[in-house]
Amino acid sequence: MGFEGIGASVRRREDLRFVSGRGTYTDDINRPGQLYAVILRSPHAHARIRGIDTAAAKAAPGVAAVFTGDEMAADGVGGLPCGWQVKNKDGTPMAEPPHPVLAVGKVRHVGDPVAVVIAETRSRARDAAELISVDYEVLPAVPTLEAAQKPGAPLVHDGVAGNICYDWHLGDKDAVDAAFAKAHKVARLELVNNRLIPNAMEPRAAVGEFDPMSGEYTLYTTSQNPHVIRLLMGAFVLHIPEHKLRVVAPDVGGGFGSKIYHYAEEAIVTWAAGKLKRPVKWTADRAESFMSDAHGRDHVTVAEMALDRDGRFLALRVRTQANMGAYLSTFAPCVPTYLYATLLAGVYTTPAIYAEVKAVFTNSVPVDAYRGAGRPEATFLLERLVDICALEMGMDRVEIRRRNFIPASAFPYQTPVALQYDSGDYTATLDACLKAADWAGFEARRAEAKRRGKLRGIGISTYIEACGIAPSAVVGSLGARAGLYEVANIRVNPTGSITVFTGTHSHGQGHETTFAQLIADQFGVPMSQVEIVHGDTARIPFGMGTYGSRSIAVGGSAMVKAAEKIIAKGKRIAAHLLEASADDIEFKDGKFQVAGTDRAKTLAEVSLAAYVPHNYPIEELEPGLEETAFYDPKNFTYPGGCHICEVEIDPDTGVVEVVNFTAVDDVGRVINPMIVEGQIQGGVAQGIGQALLETCVYDADGQLLSGSMMDYTMPRADDLPNITVGTAITLCTHNPLGVKGCGEVGAIGSPPAVIGAVVDALKDYGVRHLDMPATPHRLWQIINANRPRMAAE
Amino acid sequence: MPKVSLTVNGKPASAEVENRTLLVELLREHLRLTGTHVGCDTSQCGACVVHVNGASVKSCTMLAVQCEGAEVVTIEGLAAPDGTLHPMQEAFREYHALQCGFCTPGMVMSAIDLVQRNPQGLSDREIREGLEGNLCRCTGYHNIVRAIAAAQQVMHGKVKELPRAAE
Repeated sequence: MGFEGIGASVRRREDLRFVSGRGTYTDDINRPGQLYAVILRSPHAHARIRGIDTAAAKAAPGVAAVFTGDEMAADGVGGLPCGWQVKNKDGTPMAEPPHPVLAVGKVRHVGDPVAVVIAETRSRARDAAELISVDYEVLPAVPTLEAAQKPGAPLVHDGVAGNICYDWHLGDKDAVDAAFAKAHKVARLELVNNRLIPNAMEPRAAVGEFDPMSGEYTLYTTSQNPHVIRLLMGAFVLHIPEHKLRVVAPDVGGGFGSKIYHYAEEAIVTWAAGKLKRPVKWTADRAESFMSDAHGRDHVTVAEMALDRDGRFLALRVRTQANMGAYLSTFAPCVPTYLYATLLAGVYTTPAIYAEVKAVFTNSVPVDAYRGAGRPEATFLLERLVDICALEMGMDRVEIRRRNFIPASAFPYQTPVALQYDSGDYTATLDACLKAADWAGFEARRAEAKRRGKLRGIGISTYIEACGIAPSAVVGSLGARAGLYEVANIRVNPTGSITVFTGTHSHGQGHETTFAQLIADQFGVPMSQVEIVHGDTARIPFGMGTYGSRSIAVGGSAMVKAAEKIIAKGKRIAAHLLEASADDIEFKDGKFQVAGTDRAKTLAEVSLAAYVPHNYPIEELEPGLEETAFYDPKNFTYPGGCHICEVEIDPDTGVVEVVNFTAVDDVGRVINPMIVEGQIQGGVAQGIGQALLETCVYDADGQLLSGSMMDYTMPRADDLPNITVGTAITLCTHNPLGVKGCGEVGAIGSPPAVIGAVVDALKDYGVRHLDMPATPHRLWQIINANRPRMAAE
Repeated sequence: MPKVSLTVNGKPASAEVENRTLLVELLREHLRLTGTHVGCDTSQCGACVVHVNGASVKSCTMLAVQCEGAEVVTIEGLAAPDGTLHPMQEAFREYHALQCGFCTPGMVMSAIDLVQRNPQGLSDREIREGLEGNLCRCTGYHNIVRAIAAAQQVMHGKVKELPRAAE
């Protein structure tokens, strides 16, 4: 056995089943007597439903049932709830229109579910869906932020004036206005943060089952948080109490946020299984994923930075419009507010910040958190604006950052936008990244590229993010309708092996390995003695799931707390067995030992005594060795770091090649370096995807033009470089492990570095800023339009 | 309904299928070999790649009835009967070339065919180009490329044991 504790790159234990084709994803689950559901979706972005004729579909061969929204509503099925309420500037609550599981009266985006067909086979269901006749009165659509806010624009929801969900603000407007009034210079930037479609490789799927004998429902679903789904679907949609509803999230093929939310199909298959007394399975095809999985980003922003004579940031003013889509997805309202504007200080000492955010309903797929959620939007805005500041001041991009960094001596640091950073050293990550990327040698590489006819550029981003989501009381005061603690139950089995039940969920993160390392470390036992169980509400006491890079910081901390309880009880048992005082017992290397002696009992001996309590302090202690901890974090965690990207552009084609990408991140204590590196590389790949390739496009009628993998450019192996990852850590000061989280930093830090590099490569073409994605077509147009000028010079 | 008979992972198999049934549906729904995944509907993602008569095929793009008499190998058929993994499977595990695992079966099947078709050996760039038909959303491909580069050394007999990844 090699070293396998904290800090070891232990190979993942989940991999044997995945490389062998023995994973169990939701669509791999088949229940006896199962039926198949196919959802009929709206082909229109906005239309009134005058009638639905399902008679032919119901009569089609193999069809068990067809249901519409009116029928489900008549049966008492509720709408999909929203988990976060944001308030307007004047303190009134946001507009929160109903979100029926199947459309009632109106459809509001292409892909809005209209009816469900349930049949003996998937192809029978699909054939029958084509026989449903929907009488649509097509209405004018407002798919974009611009269209939805034009005076007199059609309303997505009849009761929501101006299509405004909320008009919110944060910060000190007066202080900001005063700082701008005395500014030496003002840097201004208008930008778009492009809308993305998450595209986890596993399409969403759900299998509902009902046991008429016990009255118990089971839902197998592609979810990042099965307990949250049980809570939302049980309490708000189907009115099934928790003890009669089991939600299982088995192996899940990637989430990136898109599998946090409670989706209509989960409720539909569960409800239909109860109606039909047979299991019902639904699996999205990719086209459905594109038009029904929550999308990400989609902001339009104007930002201004006030600077003094020395290039110090005096104040930041930000005005953002955020697209909510047609309905409020589960956590949508918090993304462009509390996960966005609170990050606008970044790593800088900007003393005054004021942000206004207007959230808008449109005839498009709902938008919610996607890898980074709000923080990539804040980081892209801020880091691009800092580059513009450098340009305006005639300063070096690195120097202006250094000059404005929060110094390592200033922690804990209170920002003007609510957050208090606990630790960090931005100069350390910057210096390490500059060195690893050979920033100093860049101009030689640019000159060499020029001789080959290539335009080479370099870009930098120094960023911070807030994750480890989240202190319950804090988020509650900001409108969250849930707590965001995490739960761990540790069961030391009678012969000393350990089973850990965690409320977090692994869908690629390797929790079964990382958490086993953590537990092995806590108890001084081999990893082979530890099993991690996740993803099943019937086995795990409770939990809030995995998102916001929270699993190790919140879930891991819960495990430490539960382990402490086990060890405290174990000491009392050992004290009895060893005829010593519990105060004299030390727990080390898997043994309870009387301090200063060689008298000891192993964890297994103590555990056996706890389960076979013949010689046991039964008057004082219950038998057994199992403890549960709910851990509510004291603060967010604040990973940060520096990303440097180097690109070459072919001026004849406009094609960008990312030739080097270097990240040096501070993610707090690292449990498994191999897994952390992989998480960061994957995040960076999604960031490069956003910067260069990916974007969601709706036409003026609200048709989704980027609705397949042939139209939406997913990053492929030959689009991406090797991604060099380093870490330079400071420890989180408020959780027991000093961990911060690593799941999102790659996607948060990288886009401005990539765009900064492209802009730098094109600096002779008068380019100051570029919105994402920087596609060959756009770059070729810029280069070509400037050719005559360049030739003349 | 037409009946199709073929060999899957070395064993005879047959099933009654619809004319429109795809090979991947035959494998997943009829034979319950769920290791082969469906990630898209436009033959873009490669999660469904299997070997048909020795060559990699996107099984969502072939009808089951086209496979009459064919030899099909899926991810479940790669390991030796004693459980010893194929060098490509071992390399994916050793080099952390997978996270959620959903693209992995198709990725491994494509990579094996890619290496077999290129006995001269592949550079990292050629590996990246050779993976054109397979999407991964988790890894950024960095470690997939490293895994394939290592596995090809074993598959071409250049080394006996898979080189270990650096710690």
